[in-house]
Amino acid sequence: MNFMASKQPENSLLGPEADSQRTLYPYVTGTSVVALKYKDGILMAADMGGSYGSTLRYKSVERMKPIGKHSLLGASGEISDFQEILRYLDELILYDNMWDDGNSLGPKEVHNYLTRVMYNRRNKFNPLWNSLVLGGVKNGQKYLGTVSMIGVNFEDNHVATGFGNHLARPILRQEWHENLSYEDGVRLLEKCMRVLLYRDRSAINKLQIAKITEEGMTISQPYSLKTYWEFSAFANPAQGAVGTW
Amino acid sequence: MTKQQANWSPYDNSGGSCVAIAGADYCVIAADTRMSTGYNILTREYSKICKLADKCVMASSGFQADVKALQKQLAARHLIYQHQHNKQMSCPAMAQLLSNTLYYKRFFPYYSFNVLGGLDNEGKGCVFTYDAVGSYEKVGYSSQGSGSTLITPFLDNQLKSPSPLLLPAQDAVTPLGEAEAIDLIKTVFASASERDIYTGDKIEIVVVNADGIRREYMELRKD
Repeated sequence: MNFMASKQPENSLLGPEADSQRTLYPYVTGTSVVALKYKDGILMAADMGGSYGSTLRYKSVERMKPIGKHSLLGASGEISDFQEILRYLDELILYDNMWDDGNSLGPKEVHNYLTRVMYNRRNKFNPLWNSLVLGGVKNGQKYLGTVSMIGVNFEDNHVATGFGNHLARPILRQEWHENLSYEDGVRLLEKCMRVLLYRDRSAINKLQIAKITEEGMTISQPYSLKTYWEFSAFANPAQGAVGTW
Repeated sequence: MTKQQANWSPYDNSGGSCVAIAGADYCVIAADTRMSTGYNILTREYSKICKLADKCVMASSGFQADVKALQKQLAARHLIYQHQHNKQMSCPAMAQLLSNTLYYKRFFPYYSFNVLGGLDNEGKGCVFTYDAVGSYEKVGYSSQGSGSTLITPFLDNQLKSPSPLLLPAQDAVTPLGEAEAIDLIKTVFASASERDIYTGDKIEIVVVNADGIRREYMELRKD
């Protein structure tokens, strides 16, 4: 008995053929993003590496981008998915501007939109493989939030993705305080990025720091951190553990 | 070549505990404010409590993205109800809506463990407790989430709940006063924080009574 076999529409994700189209694992990835609130707004840092597994394939990837007038988006994870998200946001901001009504989407709104997008893709079992950090200032209100690839989201005074959660957050918990000056904020971020550089295998020593305030967004030229490798533990790593390699 | 399996899970446990206790003319709903993933703390100040209607408050723990989506769904449905009926939803009505909403996703569940608390139409405290797919019952008190195994036995002991098998059915609403119930809540959370790694940081306590809704906080261990 063969009833009229139901045909899937071309772009459906149902059925065995569609499995090959769902994300299984990421290919070109960015590592941690770290961000904090300071006196005038948000400071965010990310290195410029795009890894292809264990190969450091791309060394000038900008993983932080301005969104509209009031927001800054940083991403770790799959770079192509980040670029896709930027395309979605381009359209969002365009339609917002087309109203031409003097109102513009603030960081809270953009964060909410991104959360819904990420959750929706997770529901369809085809996630955007990113951890996003969204920061901004609107009408004097500072905002800093994050969304994961399965839609888990929250806002806080400081956030980080990936390894940043393990290495940077503890430093931030200890040393962050309300109304950090710009210099102190940068110093704190650099401290976090330096630890990540020493200990995260996928981190590279070429980073940018972005600042967003009521006035707007600026992103630094790429630069590197000073590192110190003469610690005695680094000099003779096997000293305390004979036979190790 | 075997078919590739996905190496990501659509679910994650954000941890945390929720408790609700119903009294003769009040209801107290509480939850800790810690959000975790694995062995990490993501944030120490995340609210798991959501006001759904004037006299109806829900606390949910589990997978935060699903909890958020569920809260949004219920808020949207409540708004429609208000437009259609020109009144707020009662707590028992919201209880049924929540059950139906959860069961709707029976085959890809909201990983959300809920307690609903508030005042019924007569102003008496009521608590409804749920599993992830919508099975629910009206109780005098309940706890859900990572600390529930530690909290529930203590509540059973302190609130001396009557057996649900008794006939005629005995009301489980506690004779405790509002202040005593809040004190009990603080005690159970302090205890749960000692042994449950996912519970801690701060408790958010919401009290619903004839005067309205009020909120208070208490610090917990940060470790």
